[in-house]
Amino acid sequence: MRAAQRRALFLERRSYRRRRLQDAALILPVMAAVLFVMPLVGLGTGPGETGSTRAAGLYFFGVWFLLILAAALLARRLRGVRPTED
Amino acid sequence: MVPFDLLVAVCIGYVIFLFLVAFAAERRADAGRLGWLRSPLVYTLSLSVYCTAWTFYGAVGYAARSGLEFMTIYLGPTIVFVGWWWLLRKLVRIGRAQRITSIADLISSRYGKSNLLAVIVTLLAVVGTTPYIALQLQSVTLSFNVFSAAAVEGWQVPDRTATAFWVAAGLTVFTIVFGTRNLDANERHHGVVTAIAVEAVVKLVALLSVGIFVVWGVAGGAGDILDRIDASPIAEWQGGGGRWAPLIFLSAAAVLTLPRMFQVTVVENSDERHLATASWAFPLYLFLMSLFVLPIAVVGLSTLPAGENPDLYVLTLPLAFDREGLAMLAFLGGFSSATSMVIVAAIAVSTMVSNHIVMPLWLRLRTGGASFSGDVRTVVLRARRFSIAGILLLGYTYYSFTGGTEALAAIGLISFAGLAQVLPSLLGGIFWRGATLKGAAAGLVAGFGLWAYTLFLPSFEGTWLMPAAVLAEGPFGIGLLRPRALLGLDTGDPLVHAMIWSLGVNTLLFVGISLVSFPSPMERLQGAQFVNVFQHSSGPGGWVGGSAAAEDLSVMAQRILGPRQAQALFQEAARAQGKEGNLPDPTPDFIDWLERELSGSVGAAAAHAMVGQITGGAAVSVEDLLAVADETAQIMEYSSRLEAKSRELSETAAQLREANDKLTEISIQKDAFLSQISHELRTPMSSIRAFSEILRDSRELGPAQFQRYASIIHDESLRLTRLLDDLLDLSVLENGQVTLHEEPGNLAEILDGAVTATASMATERPLAIRRERSAENVAIYTDCDRLRQVFINLIGNARKYCDAAAPELRIVVRTTADRIEVDFEDNGSGIPEKQQSIIFEKFARLSDQSAAGSAGLGLAICREIMRNLGGSIAYLDAGSGTTFRLTLPRRHVRHAA
Repeated sequence: MRAAQRRALFLERRSYRRRRLQDAALILPVMAAVLFVMPLVGLGTGPGETGSTRAAGLYFFGVWFLLILAAALLARRLRGVRPTED
Repeated sequence: MVPFDLLVAVCIGYVIFLFLVAFAAERRADAGRLGWLRSPLVYTLSLSVYCTAWTFYGAVGYAARSGLEFMTIYLGPTIVFVGWWWLLRKLVRIGRAQRITSIADLISSRYGKSNLLAVIVTLLAVVGTTPYIALQLQSVTLSFNVFSAAAVEGWQVPDRTATAFWVAAGLTVFTIVFGTRNLDANERHHGVVTAIAVEAVVKLVALLSVGIFVVWGVAGGAGDILDRIDASPIAEWQGGGGRWAPLIFLSAAAVLTLPRMFQVTVVENSDERHLATASWAFPLYLFLMSLFVLPIAVVGLSTLPAGENPDLYVLTLPLAFDREGLAMLAFLGGFSSATSMVIVAAIAVSTMVSNHIVMPLWLRLRTGGASFSGDVRTVVLRARRFSIAGILLLGYTYYSFTGGTEALAAIGLISFAGLAQVLPSLLGGIFWRGATLKGAAAGLVAGFGLWAYTLFLPSFEGTWLMPAAVLAEGPFGIGLLRPRALLGLDTGDPLVHAMIWSLGVNTLLFVGISLVSFPSPMERLQGAQFVNVFQHSSGPGGWVGGSAAAEDLSVMAQRILGPRQAQALFQEAARAQGKEGNLPDPTPDFIDWLERELSGSVGAAAAHAMVGQITGGAAVSVEDLLAVADETAQIMEYSSRLEAKSRELSETAAQLREANDKLTEISIQKDAFLSQISHELRTPMSSIRAFSEILRDSRELGPAQFQRYASIIHDESLRLTRLLDDLLDLSVLENGQVTLHEEPGNLAEILDGAVTATASMATERPLAIRRERSAENVAIYTDCDRLRQVFINLIGNARKYCDAAAPELRIVVRTTADRIEVDFEDNGSGIPEKQQSIIFEKFARLSDQSAAGSAGLGLAICREIMRNLGGSIAYLDAGSGTTFRLTLPRRHVRHAA
């Protein structure tokens, strides 16, 4: 009896996690787009307001790499997931 | 220095190597040992056709001119792939479910298998891809020239167009050999894909090697590179001058809509789960491809003479430092990029051209059972081969006219913008069921036109179709129509300007016309299947006809798929239907399925048309929908019948419940009666015993007393006898053992007797009896004594139970042709409804009051008598009072007469 309850709770938790994983998969591209465009804010507004290629380059490559890591983690866990939505 | 003939030899060797790889892969696939051919790694590497020679060489040049902006071309695809879960996954699922062969096929299939849309998208693809192919030819030629120009022997540089020609010819042969080997139902090219994967590795290794050499061989490591960036002309970053976000958007759109990308992402995908790997591995590939672009650019800018073409830094840097081996590797990388792009693009576009332009034309020209004569298979393959050759020829022609000009360098983004016109129809088609054919067609045509007018034609700088005057002043001097500032909108950047106009108007028209137009049944079916692809990966396709002969379909399938494969398919289908032999029944399901299989080879629209010619069905017609509605009606009728059945059952159940209630009540009554009757029997018995004991034991009784006691004993015995008589009588009547003494009589006389017999009964309130003598005068032939007994019972009941202040009984006689009815109506309160059903049962007694001396057998006896006399007795619920109706047949009367 107790075991059955605990098992049900476990399954519930798992499908809940799966839903959240799918949410994350939906949010990731939005986040990517925001991060890639964000540095534009405040740039080029005045004649002296220019950024350096060095800093921007480091930022973009850094963000890019982190996104790839996040996508790899997500993909590993979403691989076997049968979609529940749609 | 690298001798030119060595270069050519390496090139040819490399191409032979690719042939061998592709050949080996095809053999493996044929043998069914797919193994790593279907691994996610190969899939991811094949996606690298995105990185063409334009990105291989051009990215460095781009970075040398505009700094970080080159990254946008890679960031867009990164966003799309990182978001695979909601877009690419759906595209791939649709591609597999609908057997999509190209982007044009997808659009056409979504909008009701319309060939018009397929033709529009195909034209767009041809116009957008041809310059791109020319660009690849140019980059290969340029890279050849780098080597030949550097050759010390002063090698005779061959004509540049000749180089391009031989490259184009070689690629044509390769593409035809491996791209059109088979007309597989799922349109996958294992050989080509494997070769592309190998090329992907070559270009990555080449660019990384050059990058590592530049950073650690030429410059002094990462820190030095950063310092050099600061010192370079591109040290400042202005955010792309309004181009940054549009370019990211454009490259994201392109990775979805470029025919070659669609081919490798969707069509060649063999397993949806490979997308999961590609979602991070492909961005990683792009990341690595762009990591060293900026270092190479700044080192090139700082070490090479100012006149060098930055587009070729990847080659000229190693050469400048005498690294011929590395330069050769870089050359092969660029060569790989160019060839893989051309091969895949040629396959993708030729599939479209042959499926959507050549095949429909061929079907149209050979009217009257085109699918019955000639081998369609060879026609399709030949169409595809000619298309490949045609496209490469177009590319070559384009190159030889415009090659070497600056115009060509910009063609990459122009091509992206052209194919991005498909995006609204694509996204709308798979996420919005309301998107219609008319909307998609209007959007595509308008977007295509505006793109050509504002971007494509002006890109020739007045050399072709659009004179420089039009560019500067607008057509006929109308300033508002200037191609680069349409309606006065001047963004300062022609690309962004063209994007806003073409994609804006495209989307507006697509959405607007979709909202106001109404889709055809076929469109609605396909729309539902596309948008809800995860709910039903198979479903209705629309063949309701079923008049097709299985043989005809088989013959046609053999001509498209080849005899062996077609027969295998048909046998499998027959087995699935549970049939012996090779031919399945042409059920709508089977025809649907077959059409999808065929569309894998010739495209949805052509397959639909061919199957349509045989089955004679015209897709989904109103009649078909009516048939579907009919089926629904049948189902509804069936369910209503079921409902009736269940209602019947519940009625029966109610009756049973009622009967059960009645039985329970009677059983209770019976128990009550038994105790009553024992009481009734006991009371006279005990008084008989008591008085007889007195008579026996007392000697001093006077004669008067003796007389009284003896008469009490007599009366009590009479009461007992009567009770027992009643019980006996009833038992005899019920068993049908009664003997009737039938005799002629008169109803009035019998009634008179009954009234007289009951007059002696003592009651508190005298009962007034109303009769109608004239009606009563009816001759009758029956057991008069028994009938009188019934009358006495009914009149006696009225006397006993009528609870009105002035009790009154009306006796009404009616005579019909074959029946006599006698009603006994009193003015009492009647019998409660609950008890009406049991009054004729044995032992039934309505209340305990005034029941003294009654055993509750009277009405039961009446009913049995009437039954035995061939009539009936019924209680009429007349609303007020108690009414019993006796019915007697007149048959006996006629006998008597």
